[in-house]
Amino acid sequence: MPVDRSFLEKKADFVRRETLKIHKRAPETRLASSLSAVEILVVLYYGGFIKIDPSHFRSEERDRLIVSKAHGSVSLFPILADLGFFDEAELERVCRPGALLGSIPDPSVPGYETINGSLGHGLGVGCGMALGLKKKGKGNSVFVLLGDGELYEGAVWEAVMFAPQFHLDNLTAIVDANRTSMLDRCSHIIDLEPLEEKFRTFGWETAVIDGHNVEELHETFSRFKERTAGRPKVVVAGTIKGKGVPRLERDPLSHIRNLSPREIDALLADSL
Amino acid sequence: MRDIFLEEVYRIMKREDIFFLSDDFGSPVLDQLRRDFPERFVNVGIAEQNLINLAAGLALEGWTVYAYGIAAFLSMRAYEQVRVNLAMLSQWRDINVNLVAVGAGVSYDVSGPSHHCLEDLGLMRMLPNMTVFSPSDGILCEEIADYTAKASGPKYIRLDGKALPNLYKGIGAEELKCGFSEIRRGEKLCIVATGYMTHRALAACESLKSEIIDVGVIDVFLLKPFDEGKLFETLERYDGIVTLEEGFVNKGGLDGLISSLLEKNGSRKSLAALGFKDAYTFDVGNREYLHRLNQLDEESILRTIKSMLD
Repeated sequence: MPVDRSFLEKKADFVRRETLKIHKRAPETRLASSLSAVEILVVLYYGGFIKIDPSHFRSEERDRLIVSKAHGSVSLFPILADLGFFDEAELERVCRPGALLGSIPDPSVPGYETINGSLGHGLGVGCGMALGLKKKGKGNSVFVLLGDGELYEGAVWEAVMFAPQFHLDNLTAIVDANRTSMLDRCSHIIDLEPLEEKFRTFGWETAVIDGHNVEELHETFSRFKERTAGRPKVVVAGTIKGKGVPRLERDPLSHIRNLSPREIDALLADSL
Repeated sequence: MRDIFLEEVYRIMKREDIFFLSDDFGSPVLDQLRRDFPERFVNVGIAEQNLINLAAGLALEGWTVYAYGIAAFLSMRAYEQVRVNLAMLSQWRDINVNLVAVGAGVSYDVSGPSHHCLEDLGLMRMLPNMTVFSPSDGILCEEIADYTAKASGPKYIRLDGKALPNLYKGIGAEELKCGFSEIRRGEKLCIVATGYMTHRALAACESLKSEIIDVGVIDVFLLKPFDEGKLFETLERYDGIVTLEEGFVNKGGLDGLISSLLEKNGSRKSLAALGFKDAYTFDVGNREYLHRLNQLDEESILRTIKSMLD
C-alpha cells in the first residue's frame, strides 16, 4: 500500500488541533497522553490498516481496535467524527451532561469496541478476539494500543505470554512508548527497558520505531500485515508525551497538566 | 456436582460455537472434554485475570464461553476483570460467558482460608448484569448448564467441591428462572439455604420431626435475578426465617438477599442469619469440624430454631 506522507501528516495536524480544542472545552480530558498517540491512530485509520464501515460498525468484517490506554484516546474522537461514526457536533459537547463522549470512550460510542480506563485489560481481551477470529477462519486484524506506563499491570504479561503460544499473528500490539507514566518518567519508577527484548524473548515479532513518523508507522504496519511468521506483533513506538506542546513535552508530570484556554489559543495560532 | 455440570457441558460442546477455558484446573470429565474438543479447549495457565479477559474477547466474537476455575480465585483474583469486561461490557455488548466456579464455601476444607470461598455470593450479587447460580444438587446443575448455553450475559455458577446427593427429581426451565424451591413445607418457621447448606437444613428439620416441630426449607439456587414476588409470597406464610449459608454473614450474601426482600415489602418477621462470622478460619479440620467451630453444625442450627420458636 503506497504511503501518502503529506496526507497523513495533514491529518495528524488536524487531529492534534482538534484534540487541543476538545481539551480547551473539556479540561477534564487527558491531553498529554492523547497527543503522543496521534500519529499512531492517524496511520491506523487513514493509512487503511483499520477497515471499518461507519454505517455498519459492528459488521463482522471490520478490523478491531482496543485503546487500552484509554485516558489517551481523546485524539480518537476527531478521527471517528471525521470518518462519519458520529456527528462532528459531538466534539463540541465532550464531557457535558448527556454527551455521547466523555473523557474515556466506551461501546456506546459508535466505532468503539470495549470498556477501558482501568489499565491492563486490553491486551487480554484483544487476545480473546484474535483467537475467536482465527478459529472462525476470519482474516480481520486486532490492534491493541497500550501505554508504556500500563505495562506495570501484571495482567498485560499474562496476555504477552499467551499470544505467541496460540500463534495470534492477527494481533498487533502498539506500545505508545512516551516513557512517562502519571507521576514520573518510567525509567525513574521501574525501568521498562529493554522493552523490545522483553517482548522478543516472549516470542513476539517486534519493531522499534519513531511513533511520530507516519512513514515509519505505515511501513511497519504494512510489513506486519503479512502473517507468515505465525507470531503476534508488537510495535514499540517511541513517542513524546504532550507532543506538539513544548511545555508538556518537557514536564514529567504532563499527564495531569491542563492547558489554559489562552495557551491553547496561542498554540492553535501557530503551526504545531 | 462439578462432574455433572461438566458432563452436561461436554454434551453441549458438540455445538460448534463454544469455547471452554480453564486456568490449569482439571477433573476426570474435563480430561474427556479436552481430548475430544482440543480445538475449543484452552488451558490458559494459572492466570485468572487473563482467563476472564480471553473469555470476554472470545464472547465478543460470538463464541459462548465457559471459564472454569477454583471459586475463590475466579471470583476474587479476577474480580476487576469480571466487573469491567463482563458485568460492565455486557450492558452494551451481547456476550455469553459462564464462570464455572468450583469450591463453594469451605468445600476445600483443609486447604485453609485462601481456598475457602465465603465472599463470592455478596461480591457477585453486587455486580449489575450478573446472573448468580448456587445449585444444591446435580439435577439443578444439568438444568443450569443447559440454560447457560442458551441465555446470553455473564453468569457465575457456584459449585460445591464435593459430590452432593440429589434433592430434586427434575426441574423445569420456568422453575429454574423462579430461583428457589420450597422443598419442605413447614409451619411457623423456615430455613432459607443455598448449596451445601440446603442439605444441612433438611437434616436438621428431619431430626426435629420427632419433637413435632415442622420447619420448612427453601432452597435458593438462583440468587440473581429471581422471582422476588413469589419468594416473598412464600416467606409470608412463615412467622420466622433462618438464613443458612456457607458464606460470611452481614456481607450481602443470602442473608442480605432475604433481609432486603423483607424490608422492601415492609415485613417485620423475626430473622436469624447463620453463616461464618467476621473472621477467617485458620483451624485445620474437615468441613464438619469447620462448621462446628462456626456454629453451623446441626446442633447449633437446632438451638437457633428452638430459641426462635420459644
